[in-house]
Amino acid sequence: MRTVLEVILLILLIGCAICVNLTGNLLRAVVIFMSYSSIMCIVWILLESPDLAITEAAVGAGVSGMLFLLTLRKIDAEDAGDSYLEGETFGPDETAAGEEKS
Amino acid sequence: MREGFFKWLDGDYEAMEDFLDAAEVHDEPREAVKAHRKVLVEAADQADRAVVLEEKCRRIFDRLYLAIAVISCVTLIGVLLFTVANLPYFGQENPRTVEVVRRYVEDGLHETGAVNIVSGMILDYRAFDTLGESHVLFTALICVTILLRRDKKNMRKGYEDYYRITADRFFAVSNDMILRKVGLILIPMIFLYGIYILLNGQNSPGGGFSGGAILGAGMIIFAASCGFETTDRFFTRRFFSFASVASLSFYSFAKGYVFITGANSIPNGIPKGTPGAILSGGLILPLDIAVGLVVACTMFGFYSLFRRGSIGSQEV
Repeated sequence: MRTVLEVILLILLIGCAICVNLTGNLLRAVVIFMSYSSIMCIVWILLESPDLAITEAAVGAGVSGMLFLLTLRKIDAEDAGDSYLEGETFGPDETAAGEEKS
Repeated sequence: MREGFFKWLDGDYEAMEDFLDAAEVHDEPREAVKAHRKVLVEAADQADRAVVLEEKCRRIFDRLYLAIAVISCVTLIGVLLFTVANLPYFGQENPRTVEVVRRYVEDGLHETGAVNIVSGMILDYRAFDTLGESHVLFTALICVTILLRRDKKNMRKGYEDYYRITADRFFAVSNDMILRKVGLILIPMIFLYGIYILLNGQNSPGGGFSGGAILGAGMIIFAASCGFETTDRFFTRRFFSFASVASLSFYSFAKGYVFITGANSIPNGIPKGTPGAILSGGLILPLDIAVGLVVACTMFGFYSLFRRGSIGSQEV
């Protein structure tokens, strides 16, 4: 039973790791990364290291994902990714940059 | 000329050739135009060729990049899998490090006074590592401060209002009813849990880093749901500097004292306490608190700097 759970979790882990690379949308990539950390937290518990599980849940799934989201908002790229692959630019639009220059 | 004209009408086009050439006023200019057009066409051709070449180069570079990426990725995976395959099985004794492990497991409780052997390890046997980690966190926060802090020196003149608006409140989510209500229910429990993990690190899983991370995450939820005014009441820049520097210097001095006395076989006079009690483990509990303070301050400092460009209240 436990082996089955471990195998399922490890497959999910590898799936998450591949999906982070393949997804085009940055926001989705951050969410998948956070779910990766949550799965990793359960794997740490199954490996009998609750110390690491607590830290992984707080830092990996919580704080680092939050910092990624804040960074995306700071560079105005929350919905970037799909359009970026098509060749469009993202970031502050040109009118705002022009205003700042003048 | 007339003969030539009639010949031309009959279909002998060469007969009028001379006359036409003579009658052409734009003879030389036409040549110049031709030459100019030729130059233009050549330039356009060259540009086309340059574009094609660039395209080709880019395609080659893309393929090369992909190939190198795949090769390096596969190599890295291979090396890592090879290393993992050579590791001892999980739970099995590793003959190379068995002495250290046996020492930790058998004498750890007696030597450090901590029931949780992981805490005993990271804050007693290997306290130097944890000291370095805390300093790395503090240094990272200093670097983020250098990059993201907004003060009078790195602001454009006449844009104070712009910075103030875009800094925080304009995008604040604290008006979100769901986040606010759930936050008010969750925050006390998160803080209690973090403090419990922090203070009970020598007896149960947890310790300075985990507890500090949970406290920092709780602070982040607090600031996100109730706004920065609530956290600014106690978490000012002065508090942040004092807590971080005091924790790090306390850690350095306490561990330095223990290392010096231990290296010279002098009894350091720190009571171990009864194992399992909250006041046990000698220096582990104070060190846990110091590390937890540094980690919590760093986490919340990251969040605050990323979101509004300052630790503590707005310094714009």
